[in-house]
Amino acid sequence: MKMPEPDGDVIARRAQIIKAMQAIVPGEGVITDSDELRAYDHDGLMAYKGLPLIVVLPETTEQVSAILKYAARHNVKIVPRGAGTGLSGGALPLADAITVGLAKFNKILDIDFDNRAVVAQTGVTNLAITQAVEHEGFYYAPDPSSQIACSIGGNIAENSGGVHCLKYGLTTNNVLGIEMVLMSGEVVRIGGKHLDSGGYDLLGVATGSEGLLGVITEVTVRILQKPETARALLIGFPSNEAGGDCVAAIIGAGIIPGGMEMMDKPAIHATEDFVHAGYPLDVQTLLIVELDGPEAEVDYLIERVDAIARQTGATYLRISQSEEEREVFWSGRKNAFPAVGRISPDYLCMDGTIPRNRLADVLKRVAALSEKYGLRVANVFHAGDGNLHPLILFDANQPGELKNAEQFGADILRYCVEVGGVLTGEHGVGIEKRDLMGVMFSEDDLKQQQRLKCAFDPNQLLNPGKVYPTLHRCAELGRMFVHEGKLPFPDIPRF
Amino acid sequence: MTKTLKPETAEQVLDAIKWAAGEGMPLAVRGQGSKDGFGRAVDIPHCLDLTGLSGIKAYEPSELYMTALAATPVAEIEAALRQNNQQMSFEPPNMGILYGGANGESEGSIGGAIGCNLAGPRRIQAGAARDHFLGFNAVSGRGEVFKSGGTVVKNVTGFDLSKLLAGSFGTLAVMTDVTFKVMPAAEKTRTVLILGADDAGAMVAMAASLGSANEVSAAAHLPEAAAALSGVSYVADAGQAVTAVRVEGPGPSVEHRCRALTALLKEFGEIEELHSENSALLWREIRDVRLFDAIDNQIWRLSVPPAAGANVVASLRSDIGGRVFYDWGGGLIWLSMGTLSDAGHETVRAAVADTGGHATLIRADADVRQRVPVFEPQATVLKDLSARVKQGFDPNGVLNPGRMVEGE
Ligand SMILES: Cc1cc2nc3c(=O)[nH]c(=O)nc-3n(C[C@H](O)[C@H](O)[C@@H](O)COP(=O)(O)OP(=O)(O)OC[C@H]3O[C@@H](n4cnc5c(N)ncnc54)[C@H](O)[C@@H]3O)c2cc1C
Ligand SMILES: Cc1cc2nc3c(=O)[nH]c(=O)nc-3n(C[C@H](O)[C@H](O)[C@H](O)COP(=O)(O)OP(=O)(O)OC[C@H]3O[C@@H](n4cnc5c(N)ncnc54)[C@H](O)[C@@H]3O)c2cc1C
Repeated sequence: MKMPEPDGDVIARRAQIIKAMQAIVPGEGVITDSDELRAYDHDGLMAYKGLPLIVVLPETTEQVSAILKYAARHNVKIVPRGAGTGLSGGALPLADAITVGLAKFNKILDIDFDNRAVVAQTGVTNLAITQAVEHEGFYYAPDPSSQIACSIGGNIAENSGGVHCLKYGLTTNNVLGIEMVLMSGEVVRIGGKHLDSGGYDLLGVATGSEGLLGVITEVTVRILQKPETARALLIGFPSNEAGGDCVAAIIGAGIIPGGMEMMDKPAIHATEDFVHAGYPLDVQTLLIVELDGPEAEVDYLIERVDAIARQTGATYLRISQSEEEREVFWSGRKNAFPAVGRISPDYLCMDGTIPRNRLADVLKRVAALSEKYGLRVANVFHAGDGNLHPLILFDANQPGELKNAEQFGADILRYCVEVGGVLTGEHGVGIEKRDLMGVMFSEDDLKQQQRLKCAFDPNQLLNPGKVYPTLHRCAELGRMFVHEGKLPFPDIPRF
Repeated sequence: MTKTLKPETAEQVLDAIKWAAGEGMPLAVRGQGSKDGFGRAVDIPHCLDLTGLSGIKAYEPSELYMTALAATPVAEIEAALRQNNQQMSFEPPNMGILYGGANGESEGSIGGAIGCNLAGPRRIQAGAARDHFLGFNAVSGRGEVFKSGGTVVKNVTGFDLSKLLAGSFGTLAVMTDVTFKVMPAAEKTRTVLILGADDAGAMVAMAASLGSANEVSAAAHLPEAAAALSGVSYVADAGQAVTAVRVEGPGPSVEHRCRALTALLKEFGEIEELHSENSALLWREIRDVRLFDAIDNQIWRLSVPPAAGANVVASLRSDIGGRVFYDWGGGLIWLSMGTLSDAGHETVRAAVADTGGHATLIRADADVRQRVPVFEPQATVLKDLSARVKQGFDPNGVLNPGRMVEGE
């Protein structure tokens, strides 16, 4: 993965930049020592590392504003960073950039049950929001598996998902407002405890913008009352096709489960060896379907899903009889990544989304590619919304294996796009999928997206080298070719 | 002289916009024209009539999405969805009663519903058009074809331009086709009614409902005058204010949740219940803003934090009078008032300002909608940022200039 050439001029000004930052963020908020900087040298995409110019840990929006204003004036790049759990390299440091860490933005500012909203600083973890409101039975619905660690700001920057997003929506559907600092240092507040806005939906584009449009300092999210009860079915199938049919039939019957997750045989075995959830080892595919709501609804839907599973050829079927049993069903799935981490020195986690009805076909292709590249793969799948996570197993210490694994991953993602899907469902483009953007988008598509960036960050100082394969200057992107003269389409009906 | 261009293909849309961009010739972008009265009144000599781009292109019920050409009538889409027991969960309102005129009761096109980011009562549970809009093909004001998004629900590949185009009122790009989420329709619907609660009490009752585990899909409060206009006899004949709370889902669940809500809400007033058909009618009336009598009044739509609804209305009542009803648990206020040359905009906006919310002048004569900002004026930094966004899509200002903001 090639990153933009670091700017030697900026690196030469390092001492001066440090001084300016120390004037803005007093005390220990400016990190310059290379040993200490190492703690920030990568994010969840472990294969890539690099030291930042420096790290600054501001505590107030005013400080963030002053940092960005200085950086804009002195042409210094900025990499925003939440908890660093991102899986696509979005928070990967750059040698000529200040990493702005939001870890000290760790306070919940307002809990408002009447308006069903929480206002929090951006570095608060996803789980902390739920913990702050659960004494009243509330929770924050989007629940990435990394929720103990990842920041709510990072969730917004990535538009993160979780197992409950099928029914309750992604981050973007649960955020009501943000405060964001633009690269100019200007502060904008968008949205609040009310819905929608009277202008362009800039909240909508800031969500999922991977740190390219601004630094988010505060968020307002909606909270929901927890469902009365939840039960899960554990369903095994002799083939991926049957599992896929069952998923389609459940949705086709008008049922939107609280969660619907799938694992293939290698993933079942890896997790069973690790957590002993009691998964059947003689099935090809395992489906966990969770239904939540009032008991009357859950019982009724369990029966219907049970019938659908039998009709579509399930060979194993268990229904949770207690809260403990339901949690055991989930324990395997929730530990799928570490479980795979145990059976291989390294793994890459892919994140394509596909139309649900292409599942079996895509898994067949993944298996063929696994053979071609000589690398093992385990598949976990947010089956309800078609989001596939093939985990490619490799050993970074073997020369060439990382590259091989990356090519394998790229081939999977290309195939996802070919069958009508997309490159990334929830982990973001970052650096990981940057060079594949052309598979999904034309040059004009990408240029139009970058024109949006120009409105926020005209000198492209925020998180450069991420998401977009080619950096065009904003002046060049703004240029227009004028099409001269008369209507060039005499055949358009006119009246 | 008004000239109408009526492209029949996406290529012809491109040709028309290339020409307009080259000439610096503004175009009024029009779907079914059902919402011409929505937005600032602008006088644009050339009209880009998109009705030639109509029809459903792809519909896969089990994949939960549909792709349609931009000017496909909402009515046609809803008919196709009904056959498969599905719906657009954001409940696009039919604004015919507000804008009537030459287009009578037209429900408008899907492109218009998305372009105005419409949402009905289910907004509080399922989101607005923006939340269901998955992807599109479009032509920018630069005269370039571009696309964004896809057909799958979960997609974070690149900036989410679908969000940006939803609610941009045709000022950034002309969508030629759109892909949106469709969802199973509920097996059963019931509405719990509370009779006789005052506005403040109703806010508390709605907050209690929405803060319960009963998955309430809509909550509205109709003061007596609004309730009296309903076609549902249980509501109209109550002779007092009616607060309505809707639950949807499988039969046994709906019955259980109705019982739970009845127990929760009985302290707020006498309880009644509406079954499916009556529920459907009442929520259609609320969605389509049919609960005002003087149909030529000026109408405002206020979006505020739900718990603040009654206070905002109390301050408006003493200042400018008018009639109101509430949707979105109190967070959406429909205000109908007698004609004022400035539509009382300063008073209305002062009332929402403290809450952080926003007010839109939904209906007023064209001359009023020229003088008065129809959409909430933005703080300078945000306004400049939005202007730069527009610049990036439509540098020559040829698409619906002035429809959202004067001079842009
Ligand atoms: C005794 C009785 C009570 C009614 N109470 C209400 C009410 O409180 N609110 C309201 O909006 N409408 C009420 N109705 C009217 C009736 O529900 C509607 O007219 C009918 O069209 C319902 O259709 P739906 O699709 O809305 O039904 P659903 O929402 O599916 O509801 C049907 C429910 O209405 C009851 N019901 C419907 N028809 C009959 C019938 N012929 N005899 C006995 N029970 C029936 C059933 O108990 C059933 O639970 C009542 C009707 C009857 C006969
Ligand atoms: C074990 C594991 C499981 C995971 N499971 C899931 C899952 O189930 N679903 C899912 O969606 N993701 C998952 N992830 C990915 C990751 O946790 C999410 O993307 C998360 O939202 C990142 O948050 P963060 O605070 O760690 O952000 P970081 O990694 O620090 O940053 C991510 C991106 O956001 C930007 N950014 C961060 N904070 C801000 C801010 N305040 N303002 C502007 N830009 C900012 C950064 O520049 C970067 O581009 C998982 C990761 C791991 C390691």
